[in-house]
Amino acid sequence: MLRSSMPNQLPGSQRLKNRKRFAGGLPMVAMILLTMVLFLAVFPAFAQAPTRTVSDDEVNAVAKDLFCPICENTPLDVCETQACADWRQVIRDKLSGGQSDDQIKDYFADQYGVRALAEPPAEGVTLLVWLVPLIAIPAAVIIFGLYLRNIRRAAPGGSEPAAVLSSPAAPEPVDSETDQDPYTERIERELREMEE
Amino acid sequence: MIADLGYVAILTAFLASIYAPIAAFYGIRNNKTRWVESARNAIFVIFLLVALACGLLVILLLTSDFSITYVWEVSSRDMPAYLKVAALWGGQRGSILFFNFMLTAFTAAAMARNWDNERGIMPYAVIVGSFTLIFFLGLTLLMENPFERIGAATAEGSGFDLLISTPVTYVKNLFVRPGIVPEDGQGMRALLRHPAMIIHPPMLYLGYTGFTVPFVFAMAALMAGKFNEGWIRITRRWTLVAWLFLGLGVVLGGRWAYDVLGWGGYWAWDAVENSSLLPWLTGTAFLHSVMIQEKRGMFKGWNVGLIIITYLLVVLGTLNVRGGLVSSVHAFAQSNIGWLLLAFLAYMIIFSIVLVYKRRDQLQSENHIRSFLSRETAFLGNNLLFLLIAAVTFFGTYYTVPTELFTGQKVTLGIPYYEKVNGPLFGALLLLMGIAPLMMWYRTSIGRLRKMTVGPAAGATVIVIAMFILGIRNWIALLGYWIISFSAFITLLEFGRAMNARVRSKGENPFAALAALVARNRRRYGGYVIHLGVLTMAMGIISTELYQQQTQMRLARDESLSIGDYTMVFKGIEQRMGNDDAQITEALVDVYRGDKLVRTLKPRTEFFTRTGENMSIPAVRMTPTEDFYVLLINWEGMSQNAATFRAYVNPLINWVWFGAFIFIFGTLIAAWPDPADEKVTAMQSSGGRLVVGGVSGD
Repeated sequence: MLRSSMPNQLPGSQRLKNRKRFAGGLPMVAMILLTMVLFLAVFPAFAQAPTRTVSDDEVNAVAKDLFCPICENTPLDVCETQACADWRQVIRDKLSGGQSDDQIKDYFADQYGVRALAEPPAEGVTLLVWLVPLIAIPAAVIIFGLYLRNIRRAAPGGSEPAAVLSSPAAPEPVDSETDQDPYTERIERELREMEE
Repeated sequence: MIADLGYVAILTAFLASIYAPIAAFYGIRNNKTRWVESARNAIFVIFLLVALACGLLVILLLTSDFSITYVWEVSSRDMPAYLKVAALWGGQRGSILFFNFMLTAFTAAAMARNWDNERGIMPYAVIVGSFTLIFFLGLTLLMENPFERIGAATAEGSGFDLLISTPVTYVKNLFVRPGIVPEDGQGMRALLRHPAMIIHPPMLYLGYTGFTVPFVFAMAALMAGKFNEGWIRITRRWTLVAWLFLGLGVVLGGRWAYDVLGWGGYWAWDAVENSSLLPWLTGTAFLHSVMIQEKRGMFKGWNVGLIIITYLLVVLGTLNVRGGLVSSVHAFAQSNIGWLLLAFLAYMIIFSIVLVYKRRDQLQSENHIRSFLSRETAFLGNNLLFLLIAAVTFFGTYYTVPTELFTGQKVTLGIPYYEKVNGPLFGALLLLMGIAPLMMWYRTSIGRLRKMTVGPAAGATVIVIAMFILGIRNWIALLGYWIISFSAFITLLEFGRAMNARVRSKGENPFAALAALVARNRRRYGGYVIHLGVLTMAMGIISTELYQQQTQMRLARDESLSIGDYTMVFKGIEQRMGNDDAQITEALVDVYRGDKLVRTLKPRTEFFTRTGENMSIPAVRMTPTEDFYVLLINWEGMSQNAATFRAYVNPLINWVWFGAFIFIFGTLIAAWPDPADEKVTAMQSSGGRLVVGGVSGD
């Protein structure tokens, strides 16, 4: 019977579909890529079966992904204000009415704006927040790699006598099997002896 | 009377801070040492005056003089004495005065300690140092005067009007005497009434203001045109000290949050936390990359850049915490102090960019990186990772500002964003932390690297397999544990190998060998100890983030809830009045592990009648392996026969705090003053460079 009541919530699920279509393409691809690249998508799975009694844990599981409407940066599950207690009651009612976590989060986002979400959807400006690290991190690594390659090309093992003399190199335990060039090796050995 | 003296002290300090750069400039121009020394002495006087002002404010707080607005705002008669003293930094005005105190203390100490070492750059250090003092003292004097009396007027108007009305109001306020003095003060915010209040803010402020010293020296060296390694040498230890305090402040803040905020965690990536982490990240990058400059004369510009960025992040952090930049752009726009700080920030950015540009010829590298596998590259990689983490954190924290300005809607990024993006970066950093000490300057062979890493890699793999057999299936956790064990093995082997060598060559016993080893190269081995501390913390962080369990339940008397290996039975509720205006409701719960009663805990709520604030204080049973952490969420009416609890099991969380202790210990090893080292520094700066070969190779 509860299952048959699902179509009544069409507006909600419709909205969800619209959102998905709207967020399709680049944002979605970015999201998927990110989750794949970062290997960090650990979403707790919840019992979807609509139940009459909802435990506090189920309410908190939804609430932790939402922000308190009043306080700064306080997740809804730990906030102590009356407003948050009321919001948690809303979550409880909706859960017992058979709505899913996403539907409830969607409801809050529609009612109060994306600021209610702890992890705002990657849309608009917020998309940048995800894109910037996604672009910046590989870019930084590539630039770093290119820089090193250029350096190696510019100075292919060229010796730098003055610099070597002026720098008190670290007294490393040099392995006899190293392929250090003999010059550097000698310097390091001498420096090591000086240290002892 | 006391307040009047306070006014005068701040005013005199402010005037002296204007005098100092002028005198120093005149002295430099006309080559008159006496004027430069007079400027330096002005800084000592400023320090004494600000210290006096702080002392006076503490007296006012201790004697509960509620004719002073600040005293009325942050304290009340029933507060314990230690909180009255801590109220010095319990509100906006007092904390800015206290910030000034730390800032002047650091500036004066740097002048006293390094005056004879670096004669060439110190006059310029006086100029740069006192410029920052002018700003922050001016803030205290004109905008946020903690000695202001009740009924004092605030300066009205905006822009140019404000410029005139501020001093006029200031003078008027000097003569205000309140008609009626309030009977009692408002009292400190409930959140701040905690013993950690004594130590956490001062540590953070020490860290924040401490980073001013390296900035001042770097800028002074650029201005003086004497950009050799001298400033790096004198800056190094100052940076380490500031870095230690900032790190301590951050960790203490986390601990405080864990003990008081009642959400089972210690770090929420909120804007204020992030703004204290940001300078720590760039400061850490600097502490590593500075070694390349010392050994190889490279990355001079890069290092100056890192120091500048760290300092700017400190100013930005102050702006965020004190001006409320991120919490609300609109509140920020209304507070004058916010705009002033922003102006100061902009000024400092321009000043440092111009200076760096003018002296760019001195920032050239003397050397090149010669191999992909070298310690230089490892340090660069470290810098890259630290800066990426800082950039991600910075962007996540501050992108809300333009967003709110332009769209009107405020969006805050929660914990998931930072965990997803920064998590892997921190993981890479831990891995690099293990490998980097094996890299040698100039170049390292792959063969050597392979030989040195095979053992640790095998050991880490064995550990992870054992963990898998014991039931750990989360592969992120397993990967994390592998990296941690791998890096820890390498670090411990580094100790072991060097110790062994000494035992064999000198016949010392192992402990003496270890002590001698560390004493001979404290910086390196102190660094390794720090690494071990970080790895311990990482172990705790990964475990508690991935394996925290929580549950919330309403219990009638003698009912129980179960979580992990624990069962908790609700025994009853007690209500009483606290020492101050708090109504305390305390629940009694028996905690069983298996069938054994292990502890009776008393989670409580405190309702502060005067301010109407409510605090939930958790009760915790701590063990090295896990914490049982319980919160009283709610209780029912007069009968008090039922209450709602939230319980957490936090595995290995104490490793975070324990790791922090190792971390501090390592920093102390690395930073402790060394008489021999001082002598070398003095010789080098007075007699030029000790070693031949100032001519660069390129």
